[in-house]
Amino acid sequence: MQYDEKRLTRIVATDCGSTTTKAILIEYVDGEYRQTIRGEAPTTVEAPLNDVTKGVINSTQELEELARLKYNNPNIKFMENGEFIIPRKGDVGVDAYVSTSSAGGGLQMMVTGVVASMTGESAERAALGAGAIVMDLIASNDKRMNHEKIERIRHLRPDMILMAGGEDGGTIKHVVEMAELVSGADPKPRLGSSYKLPVIYAGNNQAVDEIKKTLASKVDLIVTDNLRPKLETENLGPARDKIHDIFMEHVMQQAPGYNKLMEWTQGPDHHRVPIMPTPAAVGNIMQTIAKDEKIEVVGVDIGGATTDVFSVFTEDYVFNRTVSANLGMSYSISNVLASSGLANIMRWVPFDINESELRNMIKNKMIRPTTIPSLLEELVLEQAIAKEALRLAFEQHKEFASSLKGMQRQRDISEAFSQSTSGASIVNLMSLDLLVGSGGVLSHAPRRFQTVMMLIDAFLPEGVTRLAVDSIFMMPHLGVLSEISPKAATEVFRKDCMVYLGSCVAPVGRGKYGKPALYAKLELPDGTVFEENIPFGEVRLIPCEAGKVAKAILKAAPGLILDSSKAKELSVELHGGQVGIVLDTRGRQPFTLPTEKSERIKYLKKWMRELKAYPEDILV
Amino acid sequence: MGQAYSAGLTVTDSMIVRKERILPLKGKVLVTKGTKVKAEDVVAETLLPGKVVPFNLANKLGVTPAQLEKYIKIKPGDQITKQSILAENSGLFGLGIFKSEVRSPVDGEVESISAVTGQVLLREPRIPVQVRAFLDGIITDVIPDEGVVIENKSAYIQGIFGIGDETTGELMLLAETPDDEIDAGKINDSCKGKIIIAGSFVPFHVIEIARKHGVKAIITGGIDDQDIKKLLGYDIGVAITGHENIGLTIVCTEGFGKITMAKKTFDLLKQYSGHKASVHGHTQIRAGVIRPEIIIPLDFTEDELVSKEASMPILEIGTLIRIIRQPHFGTIAKVTALPEELTKVESETLVRILEAEFDDGTRIRIPRANVEVIES
Repeated sequence: MQYDEKRLTRIVATDCGSTTTKAILIEYVDGEYRQTIRGEAPTTVEAPLNDVTKGVINSTQELEELARLKYNNPNIKFMENGEFIIPRKGDVGVDAYVSTSSAGGGLQMMVTGVVASMTGESAERAALGAGAIVMDLIASNDKRMNHEKIERIRHLRPDMILMAGGEDGGTIKHVVEMAELVSGADPKPRLGSSYKLPVIYAGNNQAVDEIKKTLASKVDLIVTDNLRPKLETENLGPARDKIHDIFMEHVMQQAPGYNKLMEWTQGPDHHRVPIMPTPAAVGNIMQTIAKDEKIEVVGVDIGGATTDVFSVFTEDYVFNRTVSANLGMSYSISNVLASSGLANIMRWVPFDINESELRNMIKNKMIRPTTIPSLLEELVLEQAIAKEALRLAFEQHKEFASSLKGMQRQRDISEAFSQSTSGASIVNLMSLDLLVGSGGVLSHAPRRFQTVMMLIDAFLPEGVTRLAVDSIFMMPHLGVLSEISPKAATEVFRKDCMVYLGSCVAPVGRGKYGKPALYAKLELPDGTVFEENIPFGEVRLIPCEAGKVAKAILKAAPGLILDSSKAKELSVELHGGQVGIVLDTRGRQPFTLPTEKSERIKYLKKWMRELKAYPEDILV
Repeated sequence: MGQAYSAGLTVTDSMIVRKERILPLKGKVLVTKGTKVKAEDVVAETLLPGKVVPFNLANKLGVTPAQLEKYIKIKPGDQITKQSILAENSGLFGLGIFKSEVRSPVDGEVESISAVTGQVLLREPRIPVQVRAFLDGIITDVIPDEGVVIENKSAYIQGIFGIGDETTGELMLLAETPDDEIDAGKINDSCKGKIIIAGSFVPFHVIEIARKHGVKAIITGGIDDQDIKKLLGYDIGVAITGHENIGLTIVCTEGFGKITMAKKTFDLLKQYSGHKASVHGHTQIRAGVIRPEIIIPLDFTEDELVSKEASMPILEIGTLIRIIRQPHFGTIAKVTALPEELTKVESETLVRILEAEFDDGTRIRIPRANVEVIES
């Protein structure tokens, strides 16, 4: 159901995250939709309150209080007796309430396939695209013994299982064998034992009868179209839709307070608006940007527990999402340290710190995840950790976002000598147009310069790339809002959500510190000209406002290139933003930092100073 | 805004504790409503399904899955031993020459037989599991076939982080003050079976000595991250703990590093030194927060078992708070103001802050997110 601006003049949207419930108010003012107020409160899905709606009420109360202050009107009210007043009548009530959710651990799934790198990976892609965390992929060829697989399935306790395997009409033996293992394990759902575990079958259509015979009595079996009907075709839509339906019908029903929340989310005529898993909503918005602007996009959402990476590449707008379930800035912060190693974190820190102090600080953040760095030194450390979390999550994404594996490809003569194979990553940083960051550490960084620094250091964009950030982390809200009003969602997205930070120019290749790397001449919109022969190992920041472009002539030194066609000279328009245009000559493939500590700290300070990342006193 | 919600750990000299003790699978409840139980009593038991052993019978016999039906000697539900013949063929020309048979690799039960894959699933014998009461109290509810609810009145302390499973024992105060770091020499055979109370820190070598002397649990203000790694043999990535088998349980009340134990916590533990307590180190910080607990049962009458409605601690002027992040980590202060507007702190982060006063009269402004309410 969709509504126009006559029916939707004031909307409350919440995102119930694992730590915080974030509420935003969207209003139709002076002929356009704008996001006007934001409030937040701790999520209350867990003990002692065990009711997600309490956090929603608290965050909405903050919205109400701030709205009364903003409009100097004590009569403004959105809720009464702990429930939303819908529709709005003057100062009282709202026209719609919508919500996304990742609280209570989000949607946790297990997927199965026959060949791990083919149907297994397609199943994983379907689950991830629907917003799930994939706890494990079990496949016939995953090298575990069958009894180990059964033990694993038994212990996982997922919210649901997605089973794939086999081309339509192909052999049924392996996929039936997998069903036998699932049946033998007799898996139980994570939340509550009062219902049967939903299992979606999206494999070989010839095996459906056998699958039903094997599984129907033990689990709640739902059959849908094969997600890999042929080796060279992926058809993820039907499986994703089923996952969403079941998420609403089964999983959400079991989480504390969600029954009530599901009744609350409705439009002006009291039609219910389904609650969406947060990552699915963010994915919605990312794909909209890519298609609307005909560009390749990478987006990242770094949360407390997990980091999601989204990408849309190639002319077919192939969408991929990965979730790094144990990389995050609070609950999982300690795992970032364990995964990256202390040295990789310390390489971004421009001062000395006692190792044991740092380790204890990280662990304390893990056990008290809602605290905020109040000291500058702690902020620098958290941002160093964020760079590593982002880097690791992006590495996982690049590996996963690949062309379909196992396909036969016809090669022409020009390809005969290239290394391209089926299953190669489709993430190409050289052709990437836009990198969007979101999540607390990026969206709420005290200085936008810090966001730019984190994005560049973690993702190492190549060639020319635009950078943006979700201003106050409202992509989830807008993703679900687009279900009832695409107009409201896109208007708010363009005007209030997306903050363009600027562009990054980074020649790819090796060089020696101090030797010439890039000649850049930028004609800025105010008529001034920036011109420099920038040596290797430097960073320059040239202010250029959002909405403006600079005309640039770029020439790379020998050993360096500027775009996918290996051009050494480019004449381009560079988009400005709140931060400006960054020229980064630190090299790519490889990107290396000085190994000697004092030398590294000297350069870090120089780059941070150039990027205006931190106050001068910490960089002395 | 005159007040705000804030996270906090419960430390109280008296509250009604209600614990569900549920079997992992349906089974038998051994006690009835109203029964008084001791922590060590078994209240419910069940048999967990045994391990499933997949076995490709068709392959073993050298026939196709479809042919298996002709040779199979078992059906789902049959009890089997290692001697049981699962299938046999009739040999060359059906004369029994070169006859082959396949015996079960395990004792147990036949779960299923597949004509598509030729695979049989055999299930090993069931495994008995018992659930103990964990705390002295009274059974106030029985959930048929699943478990019980036990209630009591207790002095109660929630820890921030722990390792090790449920245990019970007598509290024994070893630290003199909340900022004391206990001396290894204080741990001797008199500590066997006890829950010892350290002050601000317990280093690895002291934990080792405690383990040697049969200490059941250690309660400490802080612990070092690297000491935990030494104890467990691995680094904790995500805080889901409580099932480590390290010979004792550790409950940390404040955090990582050397941190003075909150005075209220220390005083409470001191008051009840010599009393029996139930403790566990279960910690799960993500999704379904679980914190370690120290439960010290008190005498009570049944009519006292009315628990207060759960509520979130409220920050208001006069509230006593503990600071849970640098600077001033671990110190106590009193809230003096809760300004509404966002304020820039040293890290330049714009946050909601509060103003508070220390005992000596000095005042600070800190993010509201960096404090927890000390409930009175």
